[in-house]
Amino acid sequence: MYVIIVGGGRVGYYLTKELLAAGHELVLLEKDPRRAHQITDELGSIVMTKDGCEGKHLAEAGASRASIVAAVTGDDEDNLVVCQMAKHHFAVPRTIARVNNPRNEPLFRHLGVDEIISPTRMVLGAIEQDIPVHELLHLAQLEGGELEVLEAQIGPRSPAVGQHPADIRLPEGCSLFILIRDEVAQAIRPDSTFEVGDKVIAITRTECSAELHEQLIGEEPTPELVAHP
Amino acid sequence: MAPTRSIVVGCGRVGAGIAEHLARAGHEVVVIDISTDAFSRLEPDFSGTAVRGDGTDEAVLRRAGTEGADYFFALTEGDNRNILSAQLAEEIFSVPKVVAKINDPVRAAAYADLGLSTLCRTTSLVDDLGRFAGLPPMAGASGVRTASGHHAHGPADLTMAAAPGGPALPAAPAPER
Repeated sequence: MYVIIVGGGRVGYYLTKELLAAGHELVLLEKDPRRAHQITDELGSIVMTKDGCEGKHLAEAGASRASIVAAVTGDDEDNLVVCQMAKHHFAVPRTIARVNNPRNEPLFRHLGVDEIISPTRMVLGAIEQDIPVHELLHLAQLEGGELEVLEAQIGPRSPAVGQHPADIRLPEGCSLFILIRDEVAQAIRPDSTFEVGDKVIAITRTECSAELHEQLIGEEPTPELVAHP
Repeated sequence: MAPTRSIVVGCGRVGAGIAEHLARAGHEVVVIDISTDAFSRLEPDFSGTAVRGDGTDEAVLRRAGTEGADYFFALTEGDNRNILSAQLAEEIFSVPKVVAKINDPVRAAAYADLGLSTLCRTTSLVDDLGRFAGLPPMAGASGVRTASGHHAHGPADLTMAAAPGGPALPAAPAPER
């Protein structure tokens, strides 16, 4: 497979190394000559000292025959432009963007970036698992972020307390499948009832997680106030 | 003309200029810049609002009141920042009139084809100078290139593939390993 990687930072460097080891054909675009030189010394002449945001350079790198373009620089705007140019100008079948500001994820998806890697979210997710800041814990993303595996803590203000699964109005495309009580996991059956202290593992469409929060945990806390000038 | 509301991202010479121009004409203006120093470019009696923050951050744009704005100008020094900022305004905040300053002519043309209104200083200046030297005006070089259709995105919108200057560009072989 022919892969173009844009950005030779730590992510780009290790990605290049891994893909080379797996036998893929690739080229890395890194605009900083010093960094490009450093990587060339180590990995061989697979580096072009060019700015991948420029259409001309993507063309020189052979974008029109690339199967994948991965934009992994530290700047979201650059990664978006690389992916959009690759997708719309060179018809690259698969584009991957590193997104540093998690707020940009929906926009990038909406604009047609196929795969999104969010280091910030990954780190946050890893920390969240150790320190449960929200009652709704994000355990994993599936289907490129379309679906999420969540853990909900049933607290005293949960409308689900004392209810059976059939009593809960779940958003469409959402299912509850495991109940953890006293550190024992059991499948959720029609006759299960939810108690305070239970943990429920659910799969939901990402956009329905707020609704799921309402059903299993209770009303969302007041959203942050937005001041308009 | 009824007063409108504009968001200007980037308080450089151009950003400050359009912000003052609009404010003097009685319109509501919010200028966003990452550095407070940049606001010193504004006249002391500037009647608009200045917001310090990153114009590519959705939260900053929301705080500045991008939702419901009539015009959005992405005028920072970075082409890609302008592209991201403008697309946020268009796609997330549904601002009806959005323009991005893109100084790289190739990128400007590519995004104009994608449906973003763009202003390319480079081609504008070249056109102006050419006309000064008696050359005929270049088609579509000066002023804002307005978007023809809806913003194209997603896998279904690969219309660009057949556009001139698209994949017709020569594909160089990858360097030897």
